[in-house]
Amino acid sequence: MSDGEVRLTIDGRPVSVPGGTLIVDAAKRAGIDIPVFCYHPKMAPVGMCRMCLVEIGRPARDRVTGEVPLDSDGKPVLFYNVKLETACTTPVGEGWNVRVASEKALAGRKEVVEFLLTSHPLDCPICDKGGECPLQNLTMGHGPGKSRFVYDDKFHLDKRVPLGDLIVLDRERCIQCARCVRFQEEIAGDAVIGFYERGRQWEIVTFSEPGFDSYFSGNTTDICPVGALTTADFRFGARPWELNTAASICPHCPVGCNLTLNTRREAESGGREIIKRVMPRQNEAVNETWICDKGRFAHHFASSPTRLQRPLVRREGNLVEATWEEALSAAAEGLRSAGPGLRGIAGGRLSNEDLFAFRRTVEAVGGQAVLDTQMGGGDITRRFGLGRLGDLGQLGPGDAILVVATDLHEEAPIWWLRIKLAAERGAALVVANARSTRTDDFARHRVRYDYGQAVETVLGLAGATGMKDRSARADRDQAAGSALSHAGELVVFFGSEGLDYAGSTALAEACAALLVGTGHAGKPQSGLIGVWPSANDQGAWDMGLRPPADGILEYLRQAKAGYIAAADPLGDDPTLRPVIDALDFLVVHELFLTATAELADVVFPAQSFIEREGSLTSGEGRVQRYYPAVPPLGEARPDWWIAASLGARLGGKAAPVSAAAGMDEIASSVPAYAGVTYRALAEVHEQWPLVGGDDLYFGGTAYANRQGLGVKLASDVESGGAAEAPWPATTAPAPGAGLLLVPVLRLYDRGTTVLPSKLLETCRASHQIELNPEDATALHLADGGRVQIEWDGRVETCAAAVSSAVPVGAALVLRSSGLTLRTPARARLRAASGGTRP
Amino acid sequence: MTAPDVRLGALREKYATEIDAILARYPEDQRRSAVMPLLYLAQHQYGYLSPAALQEVATILGLSSTQVGSLVGFYTLYHDRPAGQVRMQICTDLPCALRGAEAFAQSVCQNLGIRLGETTADGLITVEEVTCLAGCDRAPMFQVQDSTGIHYRESQTVESAMAWTEEVRRTYGRS
Amino acid sequence: MAAAEHILLRHRDIPDFDRLDTYLAHGGFEALKTTVTSKSPPDVIEIVKASGLRGRGGAGFPTGVKWSFLTPDVFPRYVVVNADESEPGTFKDREIMEHNPFQLLEGVALCAFAARASTAYIYCRGEFWDLAAALGAHIAELRGRGFLGRKLFGTDFSLEIFVHLGAGAYICGEETALLESLEGKLGQPRLRPPFPAAKGLYGQPTVVNNVETLANLPPILARGADWYRSIGTKDSPGTKVFSLSGNVARPGNYELPLGTPFRTLIFDHGGGVPGGRKIKAILPAGASAPILVATEEVLDTPMDYESLPKVGSMLGSASIIVIDDSVDIFWVALKTTRFFKHESCGKCTPCREGTYWMLHLLERLHDGTPADAGQVDLLQAVARGIEGKCLCPLGEFSIMPVTSGIERFRADFAAHEASGQ
Repeated sequence: MSDGEVRLTIDGRPVSVPGGTLIVDAAKRAGIDIPVFCYHPKMAPVGMCRMCLVEIGRPARDRVTGEVPLDSDGKPVLFYNVKLETACTTPVGEGWNVRVASEKALAGRKEVVEFLLTSHPLDCPICDKGGECPLQNLTMGHGPGKSRFVYDDKFHLDKRVPLGDLIVLDRERCIQCARCVRFQEEIAGDAVIGFYERGRQWEIVTFSEPGFDSYFSGNTTDICPVGALTTADFRFGARPWELNTAASICPHCPVGCNLTLNTRREAESGGREIIKRVMPRQNEAVNETWICDKGRFAHHFASSPTRLQRPLVRREGNLVEATWEEALSAAAEGLRSAGPGLRGIAGGRLSNEDLFAFRRTVEAVGGQAVLDTQMGGGDITRRFGLGRLGDLGQLGPGDAILVVATDLHEEAPIWWLRIKLAAERGAALVVANARSTRTDDFARHRVRYDYGQAVETVLGLAGATGMKDRSARADRDQAAGSALSHAGELVVFFGSEGLDYAGSTALAEACAALLVGTGHAGKPQSGLIGVWPSANDQGAWDMGLRPPADGILEYLRQAKAGYIAAADPLGDDPTLRPVIDALDFLVVHELFLTATAELADVVFPAQSFIEREGSLTSGEGRVQRYYPAVPPLGEARPDWWIAASLGARLGGKAAPVSAAAGMDEIASSVPAYAGVTYRALAEVHEQWPLVGGDDLYFGGTAYANRQGLGVKLASDVESGGAAEAPWPATTAPAPGAGLLLVPVLRLYDRGTTVLPSKLLETCRASHQIELNPEDATALHLADGGRVQIEWDGRVETCAAAVSSAVPVGAALVLRSSGLTLRTPARARLRAASGGTRP
Repeated sequence: MTAPDVRLGALREKYATEIDAILARYPEDQRRSAVMPLLYLAQHQYGYLSPAALQEVATILGLSSTQVGSLVGFYTLYHDRPAGQVRMQICTDLPCALRGAEAFAQSVCQNLGIRLGETTADGLITVEEVTCLAGCDRAPMFQVQDSTGIHYRESQTVESAMAWTEEVRRTYGRS
Repeated sequence: MAAAEHILLRHRDIPDFDRLDTYLAHGGFEALKTTVTSKSPPDVIEIVKASGLRGRGGAGFPTGVKWSFLTPDVFPRYVVVNADESEPGTFKDREIMEHNPFQLLEGVALCAFAARASTAYIYCRGEFWDLAAALGAHIAELRGRGFLGRKLFGTDFSLEIFVHLGAGAYICGEETALLESLEGKLGQPRLRPPFPAAKGLYGQPTVVNNVETLANLPPILARGADWYRSIGTKDSPGTKVFSLSGNVARPGNYELPLGTPFRTLIFDHGGGVPGGRKIKAILPAGASAPILVATEEVLDTPMDYESLPKVGSMLGSASIIVIDDSVDIFWVALKTTRFFKHESCGKCTPCREGTYWMLHLLERLHDGTPADAGQVDLLQAVARGIEGKCLCPLGEFSIMPVTSGIERFRADFAAHEASGQ
């Protein structure tokens, strides 16, 4: 709410801020730090801790005449309240004078600190927060030198209360500021921690099962102003001042959360520098100051002792260690002879530089390269993607968001969080999916369709906006369609739940048609976002890679030799074994010796994201740069270097000297990336709220962004490309009898980048399929019973979970959780032994 | 006496009419308001508010079990652990204390052979100290919290209080 | 001296007044019917403003003025009755609800009409379990007889009243904490502004009034503002139900005109201090006001909103606790501090930590735990540290018995300090 500019004075400094600004924020903007514990600039003020007490002078006004009396200098006479007032709850007023550093205000705050310390254990020497602790800092700055409370009479509380597997509470350190409780309720939307008892006994509890059941729980440890909440990962792990920092980008999903990696040399790891903790790095257009728990805790794969450290070459049937020279020449020889029969497969977790080099190397011998995914539409998102000024944080009343065929809470939690906040600010959220998801919770319109009807549904929504091909669904979805067409800005998220390559491509086209039809295509804050399975799928499409149209099996059938980077097709689909066995030659670069790598002729050890530089392009179309945080593991090399070195031996260009030089090559050959340089990616500007300074009490321990906010690419349409959307071919559900197996994603899967994080063991998706009670009854299956699944000539057995959240006729298969299934398929299910009802 | 029915869902089955009547008091989008009346129902059903009971109330209202559970700690009339069949809650706040409530409480406890906060050996009566109950002119006084609700007993003497404990023994003593 | 006419405790004059037929036979619900059929809501607000009725919950804020703050044109609105009577020494609302329930309910209806609300909640403290059940039955009876429900008296005015039970938390007597509790949350005070008249229950404009306040409305509407103003003092019109407790011969509720001196209540009505003891001190507003030394001047002070501050205390909810000369004021402060520490909701630091610290100091003095000299001064300093910093009045009230006790009865505190050395 802006009521125009308001001018006031804070500690003698003239300040001008928009009306409605709280005094604490106004002071912050003027460079004056008013101490706070409970206040957080991202949450509604509560005035609980009383640390921000200030004196406020307001122009006196004559009650009868309404006039403001002036003093001898002609200035308004100011009236000061007898009581100190909280700067965090009071919006600024015209002509006010705020005294932050007055004797009275200082005395008041000193008393508040002394009160807080009556029950605080002062165990700073063993506290994880020590060194970056607001209470410690504010006690030094504002507290009394000595407490008058009898130290021996402090009462003691539990110092180790696990609220769940990830977060540990130290009860006696808690100062009851409620930041964590409010974060979970206001921002994360998971009210799973709260207060118990009252008064001095007031304490944090969770009653959820499992405890502290939220994908955002780690953020509470960043905003906790004391050492009460710590992560099980970092607890007693290091002192903050021992930590090195490096900027990074989360490799787990297409949101592209900005991270700071805190590292330290560790005896347990043989003196190697390893990640001690993963922290959010502020990027208000991407992740603000938050990250999800997968990003925070699923980093252990990078430091895993089972990582590949040296090149391997197959000799006499066995993979044995070799020098880089030996491995490179063996690989080059094997690939060269394949010529046009070379088939490359790259995974979407690779950087833009890796993918660009990989494709060029494969093409150097006349081969083909594809992206390892079943989701299509990356060319459509390039054309109709989120505009240059796109920022979910700016969406509000009058704007709309469509989310279709994805479970954002599981697939991209921070997008989920940010559209939740946008919806709460007043943006109209339309959620279309075949089943209910947690995105429904704050949707204005929920559109339910049967699996296979996603494209028709979006066309129906488009039809409801008065476009051609008005479908029967149009009337039903009139209100939702109308919300979309009347929106100021429209952002569309599409995923691939229940869809194969053709289906997801058609869905992308339908969404583009909707954007065009409603006049939003090319608007700077509107556009299409793919909820990709991997972090850099959008970058891969931009680098010219796309999924094989007929699937991996058909693709590899035509291959003489294979070249696979950051992908494990065999691990994902055991039926590929014969075609992989049939290859004359196979080269793999990987972090781990995957099922595919085990069959390779040459295996190169790749560096993980923490050891190297690179850039990723987020689903929103933001190119972001990550930096090396630790020295390389063993002899591992970056994927771009491996691919380019091979390419050079195959007659291609010489390898670039650095990732930055790789980006220069991209910029000169991929039009959308023209002008993108590592220098541009490293540019920053001031962001609000100001975090990461010495005043950790304001925004928490999230890091300020000093290493780059990235470059937001424009969509092709925005850059003058044709705004004509291809009209999608509608897709029919997979034919055949039986239940439709639908792969869905759970945040904590069993993929190679998640599995090494032991911390997540108990929250990991289990090896099971999920069924509707109606189908389960028909199959005589009990919840938890064993079920045999037969599809495409495969037979698997696993546990069945019965849930009414699953649509009738469908069986949800959790991706990367044991049962390998890449696209929806019809299956025959029957109760296996032990599965029937008693 | 029968053991409390602690099956999840017992509440909804047993008190369907009451629950509907409670929900009808509040606007449809403000079901959270019904949490306190439902907690009373659950407490009467189960004797105290176990985590399962909290979950049951939470499910009825679409709240998190933490949102429900935190109330139990805040409000003194909800109990998160079992105690005597009957809670004898004696006001010893200032106005009552001026009229001998503290000595009254001590005598009652002595006669029952327990200390404040404890439960008699037969598991029938828990004696607790509470703050002002708005019965200051009829001190000493106490309230009785049991499965039928909360009832006042005022203008008490130690003798009248002990007579009441005998009555409790007669009522609850045989199962 | 003769008691004034009962306006609120009419059941003391009329048997079976808690029966609807009796209430109707004595003119019950005529004020409501006349008002609803012949007056507009603004008319009612003006009459109540003119009557000078002040809130009986403790703050003494003019009731009609409070209503006039309702945000215009925002609906639905709510009326919430504060029946969370929990101040130590206060038991007046309980008697009204138990014995004169229909006058309260008629008052609620009048308030709802004035506020243009069609739903009212009576938030009863949980301990009033039986009373609340009876109130619920009375409401059902009124509904059955057409005094509540849709389109009352053939007008567009509809009203439903519901009873909502609290569950044991003094803080819920604070109106915003009460609203939080009614919304199913922890009963903790909200930031103000916004006040309930702007954003109250469920974020809607809401009137929160005390039981006794609302029970005044039927007689005011029936007999007019001028009549009402003829009782009591200029700034504190009307009668007040004074809850008298502690060391007096006849504790109980006494309905007297505001401005009646302490002496009249304590000695003429309450029968004075029994056992040959002398009156030593008076707590005029339960635990929530400074303790008065029972001097002749104080005993002659009129009990009204404007006179009490002149002798260094407040009228509050007018729950007068009498202390005789056998009582140690240090012990009184210990009792009230224990109460406030127990009832502090925990939301703001000074109250949460300060009441705990004060109690800690008092208990050490009480137990004679050896300590440095100056513990009473430290106690006073801690109390002053709380002062003016709290989120709601509870914390501010918590220090009053302590600070006034030390200032006015220093010897009682010093004795404990000496014994502790």
